[in-house]
Amino acid sequence: MAQKTPLYDEHTKLNGKMVSFAGFSLPIQYTDITQEHMAVRNKAGIFDVSHMGELTISGKDALKTLNYVLPSDITTLAPGKVRYMPILNQNGGIVDDVLVYCFSTERYRLVVNAANIEKDESWILQNIIGDTQIKNISDTMGLIALQGPVSYEILKNLVSEEHIPKGFFSFVENAQLEEVVCLISRTGYTGSFGYEIYCNSEDTVYVWQKLMEVGTPAGLLPCGLGARDTLRMEACMPLYGQEISDDITPFEASLDFTIKMSKPTNFIGKDALEKKGAPKRIRVGLKVIGRGIVRGESKIILDEKEVGVTTSGTFMPYMNAAYAMGMVDIAHTKIGTVVDIDVRGRKVQGEVVPMPFYRL
Amino acid sequence: MENPTNLKYSKDHEWLKEEGDKVTVGITYFAQDQLGSLVFVNLPEVGDEITKGEPFCDVESVKAVSDVYSPVSGIVSAINEDLLDNPEKINDDPYDAWFIQVEQITETEELLTAEQYEDFCKEEA
Repeated sequence: MAQKTPLYDEHTKLNGKMVSFAGFSLPIQYTDITQEHMAVRNKAGIFDVSHMGELTISGKDALKTLNYVLPSDITTLAPGKVRYMPILNQNGGIVDDVLVYCFSTERYRLVVNAANIEKDESWILQNIIGDTQIKNISDTMGLIALQGPVSYEILKNLVSEEHIPKGFFSFVENAQLEEVVCLISRTGYTGSFGYEIYCNSEDTVYVWQKLMEVGTPAGLLPCGLGARDTLRMEACMPLYGQEISDDITPFEASLDFTIKMSKPTNFIGKDALEKKGAPKRIRVGLKVIGRGIVRGESKIILDEKEVGVTTSGTFMPYMNAAYAMGMVDIAHTKIGTVVDIDVRGRKVQGEVVPMPFYRL
Repeated sequence: MENPTNLKYSKDHEWLKEEGDKVTVGITYFAQDQLGSLVFVNLPEVGDEITKGEPFCDVESVKAVSDVYSPVSGIVSAINEDLLDNPEKINDDPYDAWFIQVEQITETEELLTAEQYEDFCKEEA
């Protein structure tokens, strides 16, 4: 049976169409995916992302452990800052993609995909160094994403100025949201301006209701997993299991910016990435120029030869056109390259275009 | 929305307008509402043979692709090309946004009246 998040009753009250996702019962949509997507781009949307996992890494050697387990240079991650990166396995493949929150060099939080919580926890445990503790606090945390251009206007009704994080990928711990204490970060999975708000499970309904109350007059709409997926696709953010997986390297996934090969200390996956050298295939963006919608797992064809496969795609509501992402042989990844995509036996033309499709 | 009484309905949520030996086919208000905002329609070609109970076309929303089943067997004599560029017309006015016209009909599914179809939808919902 699917687990319920603290907001389950709120979703059913709002007529959310509930589906099972990564072991949780969550709304795929409330009214309409397109409408919810556009609310985030033009006004604001509120998402229940309480299914996401949170791991606390603490101890005198927490930094040392993370700098070995993670491919980014954690020594340059300052307290109050957040960074996005993959966790790599020994082959350079991606165990998961995570957000790393730094409280101090002795305390960090990793925010991980719901489906990977146990896998990540045991992987870090296997590679732990010295005085480091890892604790899975997922079941005690609620997480609400407030995304869209008017998010600040909404939040400032409930949170005082100095408790609202200013810089992109910064956060404020112990932010007072009316009667409850939260962690607020300027992060999100939509490509729009916005915040993510972590609170205790038992405070999640309170935070949701408060945001709905002050946000609704400003155009805030509750948004489901459907819009979350279309928004992340429009912003070309990878989804674990589609664009990234255990046997895709970060260079293949076009996540080069997350890897610091030159950092002074060794990290898991570094040797394998060095041995592999330049990737033979990489993730690219494709704009559909023929008639049709391209989704994941469609063959990409050039001159009758298979040169890749799509990983996800759909009609992008804000861009008002169909786009997809795919893994393509490096020789055919130049911007402007025109390919055929096999959509259930029908060939639809696509063109390699820069990512992201939507840029704030 | 009211289902027009001059039309007949299939249990797969298509509407049919019978004029002489020609039938015009579209999808119902209930169907488009279940599918959500449509962003693409893949119609058959004029001259294609279609078979009762089998898909003759697919419609795509942001979320998913769905087949549309033919309520008749026959030959496609016209398609509504306007829908290829403006699939949202199916959501805006499903009883005006016809998909295809069929002639040389050899078989027709058991069809419902507007009233029977409304009862059928209530059971499905």
